[in-house]
Amino acid sequence: MAIAAFSASAIVLAGCAGGTGNEDAGGEDGEITLTVATFNDFGYTDELLQEYMDENPNVTVEHTRAAESGDARSNYFAKLGKGGLADIEAVEIDWFAEAMQYSDLLAEAPDDVKGRWLDWKEAAATDADGRLVGFGTDIGPQGICYRADLFAEAGLASDPAGVADLFNGDWENFLDVADQYKTATGKPMIDSANSVLQGIVNQIEYTYTEEDGTVIATENPEVQDAYNLVAERAVPNSAYSGQWSDDWFASMANGEFAAMLCPGWMLGIIEGNAPDTADWNIADVFPNGGGNWGGSYLTVPADGENVEAALELADWLTAPEQQMKAFANAGTFPSQTEALESQELADATNAYFQDAPVGEILTTRAEAVTVAPYKDANYFKYHDALQNAVIRVFDGVEDQETSWNTWVAEVGAF
Amino acid sequence: MTATDVRPDAPEAPPQRKEKPVRVLSFSQNLSRWDLKFSPYLYISPFFILFAIVGLFPIAYTAVISFMEWDLVRNSGEFIGFGQYVWILENPHFWTALRNTFSIFLLSSVPQLLLAVFIAAMLDKNIRAKTFWRTSVLLPYVMAPVAVALIFSNMFGDNHGLVNNILTDLGLPAVPWHKDPFWSHVAIATMVNFRWTGYNALILLAAMQAVPREYYEAATVDGAGAFRQFWSITLPSLRPTLIFVIITSTIGGLQIFDEPSQFDNTGEGGAAQQWLTISLFLYNIGWRDWNFGRAAALAWILFLIILVIGLINLLVTRRLVRDEGGRGVTIPRKRGLSRKGQGR
Repeated sequence: MAIAAFSASAIVLAGCAGGTGNEDAGGEDGEITLTVATFNDFGYTDELLQEYMDENPNVTVEHTRAAESGDARSNYFAKLGKGGLADIEAVEIDWFAEAMQYSDLLAEAPDDVKGRWLDWKEAAATDADGRLVGFGTDIGPQGICYRADLFAEAGLASDPAGVADLFNGDWENFLDVADQYKTATGKPMIDSANSVLQGIVNQIEYTYTEEDGTVIATENPEVQDAYNLVAERAVPNSAYSGQWSDDWFASMANGEFAAMLCPGWMLGIIEGNAPDTADWNIADVFPNGGGNWGGSYLTVPADGENVEAALELADWLTAPEQQMKAFANAGTFPSQTEALESQELADATNAYFQDAPVGEILTTRAEAVTVAPYKDANYFKYHDALQNAVIRVFDGVEDQETSWNTWVAEVGAF
Repeated sequence: MTATDVRPDAPEAPPQRKEKPVRVLSFSQNLSRWDLKFSPYLYISPFFILFAIVGLFPIAYTAVISFMEWDLVRNSGEFIGFGQYVWILENPHFWTALRNTFSIFLLSSVPQLLLAVFIAAMLDKNIRAKTFWRTSVLLPYVMAPVAVALIFSNMFGDNHGLVNNILTDLGLPAVPWHKDPFWSHVAIATMVNFRWTGYNALILLAAMQAVPREYYEAATVDGAGAFRQFWSITLPSLRPTLIFVIITSTIGGLQIFDEPSQFDNTGEGGAAQQWLTISLFLYNIGWRDWNFGRAAALAWILFLIILVIGLINLLVTRRLVRDEGGRGVTIPRKRGLSRKGQGR
């Protein structure tokens, strides 16, 4: 009974607080509460948000974090256009194209912020009418993370410069090294076959659809080549079919594999899952040049109560200084040109990765990115089905050709 | 002859009856009459009103959406007739999902019921600490299905799972839990069985306790062994309860979702749809592809499947129950006869 009474009064109190907050939003003193919803780790710590509150005493910022972007995605599309979303909502690049279908329901960024991001980052957040509706947070330039001890055991170069030389070349070369590693140790070198597919596909400009909506997925020779290369050569050299399984997380600490493609945000994941392994390092190299994997945006739903104030906060959070702080907090690599040129970024090192100059390495990797893949609202669906095709080959459920044909049939059914 | 005598009287009767309504009823009397007539409906109405809001309306709304190309965000759609249904029925994933659903259903329900009957029979015996054992069998049911699924998914890991570790330590080959459809179904059925066996056992136990003890005494006097008693007395008396348990586990089995969705980290039912069930397929169409028209169509197809299975269940049930009802009456009264019958 006591609990019921207490919770009832708590609800009443919360209702009152909400009511007064709303009234004050239009009042004289302008006291407002802004809610920010993100997922995983954007590096938006309480200290960072407190800084904004100190600068703007009339604003209270409340931050909620979903465990993973999938949860945020469900919530986002269930409430978009109906109310109930936070004032600022984070959107992951994988489903950003889906959100762009509803760009008219999002508030437009002020003109003065335009042009401060990398061109392709900003272009992806600009709709057909030229409205910029997403504030770019991070990007995912990739290097190669490797286990120095395992490379040495296999008789390969184990210092970052040597490994960079080793992998300098195309994907064939990358897989040649994997073959060498397997010959020497009998173990797979790569963490997962689908991360190789991801790496290759992120270097293709038009993968599954063209800008006019034409589906090219199954006829695209680049996709077929990528699939064949992965099925023939990456599958036998990989420890797992895909990432994010419990086994895969555990494997970072136990040496089941020796190398993985490494976007900036992956550094934190490796450190978190293998805190006691002292031999992880990162090399300034990526097969076939550069590649971007991941990166998010902040959006402001247009039906929010404090759209103007929310736009100001989103502007502040994605400004160069705050992007650098987020990078220091969570390894999310900045997408602002100004932050990319800063001395602070150039000097950034990572103690876990043998004091590797991660700022410098990832900057070089970002500069090597030449292709911004075109991802429409169906990109995720096509890519997911292609990943399943690779998993079927990896598991031995279907052979390379059968699995490709299954994929073609699946895509035909979309 | 008597009939014709009575008939002429009959027209006289109505005038007698007419006198009754002539009495003027006071308002309070009227009220109590209405009370008698209508208040039962008023008392049960909250359920039906609530059901209309949270049950009937969504069902009808789903039916409308299933004929449309639906945009969830803008809450608008375009009428496209049976297109969504055709898409579902032409999709090979649907048929794989149907196969998996029935396979998992059989693999879970059959062993589950056999085990539940066995456990109930054991609990029905005169054992020490009865209440402790009876409460214990219900414990798995209290656990959240997602928690059960998480723990079991860990156990059934391909590389580092507990089960495969033990198998390989014993020198046996590892089981391809996430590759082979059959083994994935076994793993998922194990989770279902873990959770529901105790629940069913308790229901069956309650039914067993309702069987009059005299039957057993008589059987013992007749020299029937424990197995014979179980087979000829316990099982026939359990029939109506068994049918209830079968129907509930059928409906539950056809809607199985939590266990297969937690079986791997993507929740898509496997790269080759090894353990994709209908509910999981429905969820993926709706909440991954955001295609609510198709999801609604699939929901209605699932509804029809359950309806058909339910009808089959009902027909079988009716026959069995009528059969059982006959026996239930005849056995005790003709105990002497049945003994003769046994002697034959």
